[in-house]
Amino acid sequence: SVPSPGDTSVLAGLYGPVEVKGSKESPDRATLEVLLRPKVGLPGVSERSREQLLRRTCEAVVLGALHPRTAITLVLQVLSDAGSLLSCCLNAACMGLLDAGLPLSALFCGVTCALDAQGTIILDPTARQEQEARAILTFAIDSTERKVLMSTTKGSCSVEEMQQCLAAAQRAADTIFQFYRDSVRRKYSKS
Amino acid sequence: GSITTANGSALVKLGNTTVICGVKAELAAPTVDSANKGYIVPNVELPSLCSTRFRSGPPGEEAQAASQFIADVIENSQIIEKEDLCIANGKLAWVLYCDIICLDYDGNILDASAFALLAALKNVQLPSVTINEETGLSEVNLKQKNPLVIRKHPVATSFAIFDDTLLIVDPTAEEEDLATGTVTVVTDEEGRLCSVHKPGGSPLTGAKLQDCITRAITRHKEVKKLIDKVIKSIKPN
Repeated sequence: SVPSPGDTSVLAGLYGPVEVKGSKESPDRATLEVLLRPKVGLPGVSERSREQLLRRTCEAVVLGALHPRTAITLVLQVLSDAGSLLSCCLNAACMGLLDAGLPLSALFCGVTCALDAQGTIILDPTARQEQEARAILTFAIDSTERKVLMSTTKGSCSVEEMQQCLAAAQRAADTIFQFYRDSVRRKYSKS
Repeated sequence: GSITTANGSALVKLGNTTVICGVKAELAAPTVDSANKGYIVPNVELPSLCSTRFRSGPPGEEAQAASQFIADVIENSQIIEKEDLCIANGKLAWVLYCDIICLDYDGNILDASAFALLAALKNVQLPSVTINEETGLSEVNLKQKNPLVIRKHPVATSFAIFDDTLLIVDPTAEEEDLATGTVTVVTDEEGRLCSVHKPGGSPLTGAKLQDCITRAITRHKEVKKLIDKVIKSIKPN
């Protein structure tokens, strides 16, 4: 699946549930592995940190207990980066999980908010807007009750600004979930 | 500090979790696009001696994620202005290598690493460096030392989440393993948020998150008082 807000695009490939190698095996749940490949160069420390964020977000929604002693691997390849990369990866991951038909307790979507110097909130900023912003907040919002699954911030902001960004992200999540529904409906109405 | 060979160091114990941070300063040429900035390079190590869960070899995912977290805290909170580390524009700047090593792992590594880093940076004494006009070489005066200018004091507070309802502050390793999620909030002295780090885990409502932030702000005051008290009690050598 290739969701792209603007010109950022990430390709997600999901493999699983398949057999897992010895040490990683978990007797009561599926082991989730996320690999994030940047567009250029080898994966570094920042990719590892993002992989951990994505993995723990997916682990919270995937019903791993239904597939014990298996491995689910999610590979994300960055095709182009024009801002809001992490939320694009989150959306790609969720659509990949949907496409693979894995059992999920909820859907999630990624929304990035940028706060510029005046304090205006910009949703899904471009790379230029991200650079000029004084704070960038990325949230993963779940579909059942619009709660926060994952949150990561760059730059500093006040508590009120964070709450405003969170509210804006929760509202924007509705549009994204509608998009998921439309894509899945389109896919299954053809066949 | 605890490490005499380092420019600054600090040892922090949060319950059983023990973390030591050593800061070494070296001289380097700044990059072309930021000619008036120095560098701060943090590295968090979780060696196999601190816990049976870590094997020796290349850094595992947790160590790398912790290093990235500390790098983000330094960047977001502007704890040190990188311009302060510059000695001669375009020619010479300080590089601070901050090595954070866990000696005993009992959970809450992010909080402990952040405290150790802050305390070590407050402990750093940099020798004064002048550039000789004639030869163009740098002269380091080890007898004259200046402390670093610490602009902000970021403090991290971690919570373990259990099934969307229960929150435990400063979790131990056992609590972390059983928890369904974690949240780390980094605040500075003005009550501004430097980071809300919630890597997945069970979902939280906005209200619960606000609760965590309020507690983090209260905790910040206590921790700052403790760090100030300890720094004052160190006799300058």
